[in-house]
Amino acid sequence: MATKDLCSVEKRGRVHLITLTGAGEHRLNPTLLSAIRSAVAAVRASPDAGALFLAAEGKFFCNGYDLAWARAGASPADRIAAMRAALRGLVADLLALPAPTVAAVTGHAAAAGCGLALAHDAVVMRASRGFLYMGEVDARIKIVDFFGELIRQKVPDAVARRDLVMKGEKMTAAEAVRRGIVDKAVDGGVGDVVDAAVAMAEGLAARGWNGETVAEIRKAAWPDLWRKVKDHGGEAPARPRL
Amino acid sequence: MCTMEQRGRVFVLTLTGDDEHRLSHALIASIRSSVASVAAASASAGPGTALVTVGEGRFFSNGLDNIWAGTSRERLQGLVDELRPLAADLLALPMPTIAAITGHAAAGGFLLALCHDYRIMRGDRGVLYMSEVDIGLPLPPYFVSVLRAKITAANALRDVTLRGRKLKAAEAKEMGIVDAVCPGPAETAAEAIKLAEQLAARKWDGNVYASIRMSIFPEACRSIGIVEESDEEKRKHFASRL
Repeated sequence: MATKDLCSVEKRGRVHLITLTGAGEHRLNPTLLSAIRSAVAAVRASPDAGALFLAAEGKFFCNGYDLAWARAGASPADRIAAMRAALRGLVADLLALPAPTVAAVTGHAAAAGCGLALAHDAVVMRASRGFLYMGEVDARIKIVDFFGELIRQKVPDAVARRDLVMKGEKMTAAEAVRRGIVDKAVDGGVGDVVDAAVAMAEGLAARGWNGETVAEIRKAAWPDLWRKVKDHGGEAPARPRL
Repeated sequence: MCTMEQRGRVFVLTLTGDDEHRLSHALIASIRSSVASVAAASASAGPGTALVTVGEGRFFSNGLDNIWAGTSRERLQGLVDELRPLAADLLALPMPTIAAITGHAAAGGFLLALCHDYRIMRGDRGVLYMSEVDIGLPLPPYFVSVLRAKITAANALRDVTLRGRKLKAAEAKEMGIVDAVCPGPAETAAEAIKLAEQLAARKWDGNVYASIRMSIFPEACRSIGIVEESDEEKRKHFASRL
């Protein structure tokens, strides 16, 4: 029930779309992370999934961890740990997914939200609005090991990495494409970005790749990242009863 | 040998004299002492400081004192071992660091420049040069770790280490090794200080800044002898900053 309010899942041909719903910041608290993981698990269990993509409604793609929720708890340290653990699991789920993945960054993607986008195979981003922003340095939040590894693997260029993470630069889509962080900048509104991501995902699905092969090759391409997240997720779903 | 002054929020470390600023035991000790005083001063100065390292004369630094070491492998190894903790001090420094490359930076001198977060270099003369391959010396392992962390384009790394290529500022900028090129030494120093002021104005928490820096270069940190904080310590830090 709560899941429905947080993210929706639909199929367009062989492409599975997960949309973070509502006009809010889609902050990654345990509830939303759990909802996204359930949606990803459903895609994983689906026999002919060709590709998965993640998008969001509103001005924000995802503005990071729910720090307000963390602060409100009796033990904020435990709450941030819970969110970090859940994201780590989601990254594992995405790395192990037997289908190509695309993130459609339809709005601002900050901190853990930026990391979530980067955990996909490809990223398309809205050109006219929104930026990537690793805000941790400004928010005085440290970066834990698996997250540092995610950034290292997905932003291999030393200068891009430094400017994004150590300088907290707010990068537009054009800038992110220029620096090799994002694959494509798309003009227009949220709908146009979604359409472009669907088109990309359909192109990938049309290759007819064997899903398990995709997952194995992906894990082999980013072995250090896989090693750091694999104990937290990416499990095969329970076998359906025949 | 070197001086340290504070100009507002910026600490300026100057390698003094119109000589090669060869990294002898004495100079390394002197620089370490200055860097330690900066780290201490930053604690009381509060958030928002930066370090600029600049050289007087035609050299930034021509590397370890090979002249003194002569043919003695022990002496040379001693210098290599002595530079390592200085490199560690810089990679762990709780503030942004900028090298104003006002002259030649070779071997250990090039490494010293690479241990800074940003590099501004004069364009009119001076080169960056990893001379080891030409001299017939292997690269110390921690040198390689820092090179690999800061020069991520494969061809650039090859040119620097395996070809002993002498890089002028413009080429170095194209290769992502230098961030900005200035006409001469005075402009280089001025630009470095200006950048330092801009970065200091972000009022970053030094401890968090250093932590984030180290989370991007964990292999270099390990190689240089820095023990990175655990995820558990980072979790506790989150609560402590509230």
